[in-house]
Amino acid sequence: MEHEPKTNWWWKAIQTGLIGGVVGVLVSLIGMVESFHERDIIAGQISMGETLLLLLIVLFSFFSSRGTADTPLLKRLGSGALTGISSAGLVAGLVLLGSAVNLRQVFVNASPNLYKILTFENENTTSASLVLIGAGAVIGSLTALLHIAPPLWRRAVISGITIAGLIALLQDLLRITLSPFPAIGESIAWMFGTKGEEGLSVSGAIVIFIIATAINYFSATRGEAVQRRIRALPSGTQKTLRWTSWGLIGAFLLIWPQIAGPYLSEVSNSIGLFILMGLGLNIVVGYAGLLDLGYVAFYALGAYTMAVFTTTGGEITFNIQWTFWEALPIAILGAVFAGVVLGIPVLKIRGDYLAIITLGFGEIIRIMFLSDFLKPHLGGSFGIVEIAPPTLDGLVLNTPQTLYYVILAGCLVALFVAYRLRDSRIGRAWKAIREDEDVAQAMGINLTATKLLAFATGAAFGGMSGAIFASKLSTVYPHSFVLLVSINVLALIIVGGMGSLPGVIVGALLLVGLPELLREFSEFRLLIYGVLLIVMMLNKPEGFLPEAVHKRELHDRDNINEPAGA
Amino acid sequence: MTNILTAQSVVKRFGGLTAVNTLTVEIPEKSIYSVIGPNGAGKTTFFNCITGFYQPEEGEIEFNGRSILGLTSDQISQRGISRTYQNIRLFSNLTTIENILVGQHALLKATLFGPIFGTAATKREEKEALAEAIRLLNFVGLAGKGDLLARNLPYGDQRRLEIGRALASKPKMLLLDEPTAGMNPHETEEMTRFIRRLRDELGITILLIEHDMRVVMGISEKITVLDYGEKIAEGTPKDIQGNQRVIEAYLGRGSAAHIPS
Repeated sequence: MEHEPKTNWWWKAIQTGLIGGVVGVLVSLIGMVESFHERDIIAGQISMGETLLLLLIVLFSFFSSRGTADTPLLKRLGSGALTGISSAGLVAGLVLLGSAVNLRQVFVNASPNLYKILTFENENTTSASLVLIGAGAVIGSLTALLHIAPPLWRRAVISGITIAGLIALLQDLLRITLSPFPAIGESIAWMFGTKGEEGLSVSGAIVIFIIATAINYFSATRGEAVQRRIRALPSGTQKTLRWTSWGLIGAFLLIWPQIAGPYLSEVSNSIGLFILMGLGLNIVVGYAGLLDLGYVAFYALGAYTMAVFTTTGGEITFNIQWTFWEALPIAILGAVFAGVVLGIPVLKIRGDYLAIITLGFGEIIRIMFLSDFLKPHLGGSFGIVEIAPPTLDGLVLNTPQTLYYVILAGCLVALFVAYRLRDSRIGRAWKAIREDEDVAQAMGINLTATKLLAFATGAAFGGMSGAIFASKLSTVYPHSFVLLVSINVLALIIVGGMGSLPGVIVGALLLVGLPELLREFSEFRLLIYGVLLIVMMLNKPEGFLPEAVHKRELHDRDNINEPAGA
Repeated sequence: MTNILTAQSVVKRFGGLTAVNTLTVEIPEKSIYSVIGPNGAGKTTFFNCITGFYQPEEGEIEFNGRSILGLTSDQISQRGISRTYQNIRLFSNLTTIENILVGQHALLKATLFGPIFGTAATKREEKEALAEAIRLLNFVGLAGKGDLLARNLPYGDQRRLEIGRALASKPKMLLLDEPTAGMNPHETEEMTRFIRRLRDELGITILLIEHDMRVVMGISEKITVLDYGEKIAEGTPKDIQGNQRVIEAYLGRGSAAHIPS
């Protein structure tokens, strides 16, 4: 065996483990473990920082177990364990090194606190390292065991762990959501840590894990039968069922800010503005395949148009003082106009070149707002202040809880428009251009008109989002409209699934909502974005909720003879 | 019989290479017309000139008595010329039926607001378009496969779908670029019969690029042979089979062998 080191299974396992170990050491040294340690997953037992390291070992053991598939059981177990040992070994090495040499001069985050976390507060570093390596071995073999288990079970257990983890992370959210029902809140209080402690209680974690695993197992084995039974119901009942569930979702969306309180409403508002932008960019990138990296320009134009038309600050030359509702259409039209103006010169440009040009366009708009030349009109770096909030029948909507409804309405309109366009003549033309521009043109599609429509529609949503954003903050500054906003919107579309409407919502919840709720994330937000995008591209390039195939031949044929509106 | 398409001394150059050289072709209405020639003879370039993908440097192309030079390929498609591609180019992430619906694009009228507000006119139009698409699906023999993604179709079905998509725009003339490439003899025979049906039942003029001589000689009414961008022969299958220059182009000068018939 020693003569063929490259095909040698145990060396491969160790290699995988070492990579995992390097990642583990890295996240420790950049301070991620320490700052995540402040939040508990299981109260008083396991922190998020420890979970992070644990997950790394699990992930890499999983890789090495997958690499040895089709080999004897023992070998797979051994390879998982070896990976775990070598990963943990590197982290233990960090502990030993740190106790001998002061690493802090190079790595600011190599604090005593970090070693405390890594050694489970054991003073004796040698025995702590051994414990660490032992834990690595156990976790590695357990992971291998999980991989060996039948896929049905594997998926159930993984989703059980994921759901328990998510509930632990988002328990504030859960508590607040359940607050109108104190009876439920009290009856599940034992699941969580006592007295304001974060994280689940041990028994709570176990119960949630078992329930989530069981639900997943049954939905995997029985789900289809249930669906078939639902489909077998008379169409009237099915329709009632569908409308009831939509009604429930609608009712929940309507009362949400009242339950959530100002902070969570504010988070929801940020998510909403990004959903709005995501829906717009989804038309340009997801439907029409025109990679636009300067989408923030339309957001900025919407915001500044709203600002110029409604400001009462008197700091700039404009003194129009319109209301929000009067200025909103202007802001949207302004963005549409900009969309067309950008669109015309880039009509013949494809792919990467288009991305670079739009990137430049986004920067031009931001720098234009920042410029001294336009300072008397647009306020330069001081921006524009005292932008009017939306009003409704004399009611001023300037709190997060009331603004929520404006944003919700905007999102619903955008969602409806995007949904209706998706399977229309124009939507199909967009997708045809995305698939093959030359052939699309040869099929009689006017590229100029169709592309401009995509830019304009996308810009309209961006402009609407920006306009609401301006009046939400009541001020606008050029530095709110940096490239990162475009990248965020693009990332949420990619994570959610290009061209998919539910994907936009899921992407916004994941990439905008989650970081807001998990304050520990904020410092590492871009790192997590990057890792998430790379992992998505490698393993699930179509996104979490890919664009669904619209079944038309058989389904719609049944509806062809029904009256319109069916 | 009137000519539906006339190409007058068409020249297309790429840098120093003259891909199509003073080519004159007249295609009678409702005929099946083939363009053949060795690889690189300029057949596909000629197709691209007709469909507006390339603009020829010299010459004139008239369709139905009107010049189509300078038009973009979507305008030419709207005039009634539709095509398929040598290497199948479907919208691979759209379903079979969506591919055909895209083909109908120019015949439909809906813009942004019709679909958004769900106007009666748009709904009616969509319903008719879908019915027509399903009819075409049956016609090209893909019934029941409408909801599959185009990229998941087997090779032969992809070829049929490409023709179905081309037919969706109700063309007067159809340009088929090697429709039987990669097919076995049985499939080829089926495709040959299908092409003849297009002409006989739908009255569509067919311009064909094909390498399979059995197909070409079997269905063409007239053949033009290209070599290095130039027309070296023109005539009925019988004329072509006996033409010395054609034999030389295919098999090299001095060869005594005959091209297979």
